[in-house]
Amino acid sequence: MASQQQDAGTGAYLIRGAAILGGAPEDLLIRDGIIAERGQNLPAGGATVIEAAGLVALPGMVDIHTHLREPGREDAETVETGTRAAALGGYTAVHAMANSTPVADTAGVVEQVLTLGRTAGWVDVRPVGAVTVGLAGEQLAELGAMADSRARVRVFSDDGICVHDPVLMRRALEYVKAFDGVVAQHAQEPRLTAGAQMNEGEVSAVLGLTGWPAVAEESIIARDVLLAQHVGSRLHVCHVSTAGSVEIIRWAKSRGVNVTAEVTPHHLWLTDELARSYDPVYKVNPPLRTDADVQALRAALADGTIDVVGTDHAPHPSEHKECEWAQAAMGMTGLETALSVVQHTMIETGLMGWADFARVTSTAPAAIGRLEDQGRPLDAGEPANVTLVDPAARWTVDPSKMATMGRNSPFAGRELPGKVVATFFKGHPTVLDGKLNTPYRWLPETTELPGTAAGSN
Amino acid sequence: MRHLLSTEDLSRSNAIRILDTAEEMAAVGEREVKKLPTLRGRTVVNLFFEDSTRTRISFEAAAKRLSADVINFAAKGSSVSKGESLKDTAQTLSAMGADAVVIRHWASGAPHRLAATDWIDAAVINAGDGTHEHPTQALLDAFTMRRHWSKLAGTPSAGADLTGMRVAIAGDVLHSRVARSNVWLLRTLGAEVTLVAPPTLLPIGVEKWPCSVSYDLDETLARGVDAMMMLRVQGERMNASFFPTTREYSRRWGFDDNRLRALDSLGLKDTIIMHPGPMNRGLEISSAAADSPRSTVLAQVRNGVSIRMAALYLLLSGDTREPAHQANSTHSTPAEHTSALVTKESH
Repeated sequence: MASQQQDAGTGAYLIRGAAILGGAPEDLLIRDGIIAERGQNLPAGGATVIEAAGLVALPGMVDIHTHLREPGREDAETVETGTRAAALGGYTAVHAMANSTPVADTAGVVEQVLTLGRTAGWVDVRPVGAVTVGLAGEQLAELGAMADSRARVRVFSDDGICVHDPVLMRRALEYVKAFDGVVAQHAQEPRLTAGAQMNEGEVSAVLGLTGWPAVAEESIIARDVLLAQHVGSRLHVCHVSTAGSVEIIRWAKSRGVNVTAEVTPHHLWLTDELARSYDPVYKVNPPLRTDADVQALRAALADGTIDVVGTDHAPHPSEHKECEWAQAAMGMTGLETALSVVQHTMIETGLMGWADFARVTSTAPAAIGRLEDQGRPLDAGEPANVTLVDPAARWTVDPSKMATMGRNSPFAGRELPGKVVATFFKGHPTVLDGKLNTPYRWLPETTELPGTAAGSN
Repeated sequence: MRHLLSTEDLSRSNAIRILDTAEEMAAVGEREVKKLPTLRGRTVVNLFFEDSTRTRISFEAAAKRLSADVINFAAKGSSVSKGESLKDTAQTLSAMGADAVVIRHWASGAPHRLAATDWIDAAVINAGDGTHEHPTQALLDAFTMRRHWSKLAGTPSAGADLTGMRVAIAGDVLHSRVARSNVWLLRTLGAEVTLVAPPTLLPIGVEKWPCSVSYDLDETLARGVDAMMMLRVQGERMNASFFPTTREYSRRWGFDDNRLRALDSLGLKDTIIMHPGPMNRGLEISSAAADSPRSTVLAQVRNGVSIRMAALYLLLSGDTREPAHQANSTHSTPAEHTSALVTKESH
């Protein structure tokens, strides 16, 4: 696809004839970190030409929900391996969740993660700060210090654990208004889910696995949207998994509550029927639900009730999955399959087009995270964060060939549509010909803060 | 046959085959020399991650009567309690040449994991997994019921099923692997099953099961029952708000002396009373009921050995293994490993 790449570092690139957001074919000239020109029959003028007929050009994908595991669980994933996976999956930015060891609950840890991300150079790594100290749900972490740090944290989450204390949740929602932050809630009522292993319903009844009832998610979302309305704050709901949650969020939005919601690729496709195998690769939190939930989530993503796709990429070492279901860790990898799964579930079903895809995987998540140079239109003068996709490609998922260290893909062995051909991060191709190229090299930090990067608006 | 993991997808023909084989095994148990040479040189491992002396000695007796070598591997006090994984334990047993693994595990699905992975190439028998299934218990219950039902009909047990028999199962269905295995197997054998429990001890989704559900034990008895099975109430349920007090539980859902007398007044002279043991006398069953001539509690224990002999015999003897399975089952599909008792005919 790419022609000679004499200079993989700083050269200019002419993407020729790509369907911009799935529309008519146009050329994009990428130079000096920005889209220098957009139009028909642009002259190459020494730029490396990428013949992109049949490919779709999208704004670089932004993941609002990624677990990079570093610091602390480098046996599961590192910032380096996780962001390689992200680039290969078409991402140019990921939000690194706070449940590392130590927890990202201080300015020091979020700055460490930021630095690790910049050293890796594959995508923009945006640390998420913990809401409470040690994710313990007892006292607020220093949210302001994290917001003011070099990491400029705007998304705060105890993801993996619900901020279940209503007073603490109220205070967190109120407090982050001081720096335009958002609380991303993992909605799970803890008492209703003690020991929970899978969706509570017909399948759990047969399998004898402790149920995780939909009401445990829905009751927290209902409470939180009311709290957000009461204090006038911004709320984000992580990994919505039930039809009932969709109804509550739809109702809240109709009342003007400032709430955004996320769905994972796996909840758009897989159901609790897969648990019948007792294979823990299908164990995830929140759990896989029923087909009625899957259909409701797809409809909600299409109509905007759910704003974004977040991967909840959760790599685990194999020993945490090669065991009894009840012993196994919860979580699935997702960065390298998200685009294909969304194409399969949303685009090939006719529910969405590529412009909608760009909204839910780039524009909207960038807005939630307040990433000013991500999720931008593919127009002249905009930052060159671009993903090129071959929508006609078909490939079979083989976790052993992935860049993530996690082998826990629930899509292993499935044939998926759509392949990332190239990813441009700040004008630099991190992925070319569907393979990793070279990382972007950040300038010394004093000269380039997020939001003031070259070519930002 | 390859494994015995559940009764949910045990076919009628395989179920009848096990019951009929158990009849033959029972005949052996009545001889002076209670031993067959069938499994001489084969090794059966009793792998118990959860205490259950009754089930373990029943399997041990069954294997020994078939002349197999028996290794008892209790997870407590072994390397398992030091953190060894199921995978390593299974591979260790495989390296030692286990031909069959009888596994009892607190985690639902653990026997399925052993059967579906390439950790061990041995026949797997589920001896109770979590709150999922306990297929040999259901088979021995069905065996006990079938003898009773056939005797009433004046016909031989062999080849028969339980068509028309009314079975009530009362107690903690939510946490009971015995109830689940019984519901599936009794459905397959043609019995009509009613589950009786407080609503808190029934799983969400039970309405899809092939049985009736009642909250009222007296009403269920009044409608007529041929076999009344009481389930054990586990101690840890007693303080978790599943029911207010053990006395209230006992009054509403226990098989007490009043209900024992009610069987007579209702004209249910042939109704048997079953319990998988161990019993909480005075809680889910009164002593008078447990010790009455209607009680089959000890017959169930006796029949358990015959059923387990039949299961071991059918899984380990003869050339019934499928080469495809034996070669490599690393990536077996769900359809393959959920089929409970795989036979050549069924594929």
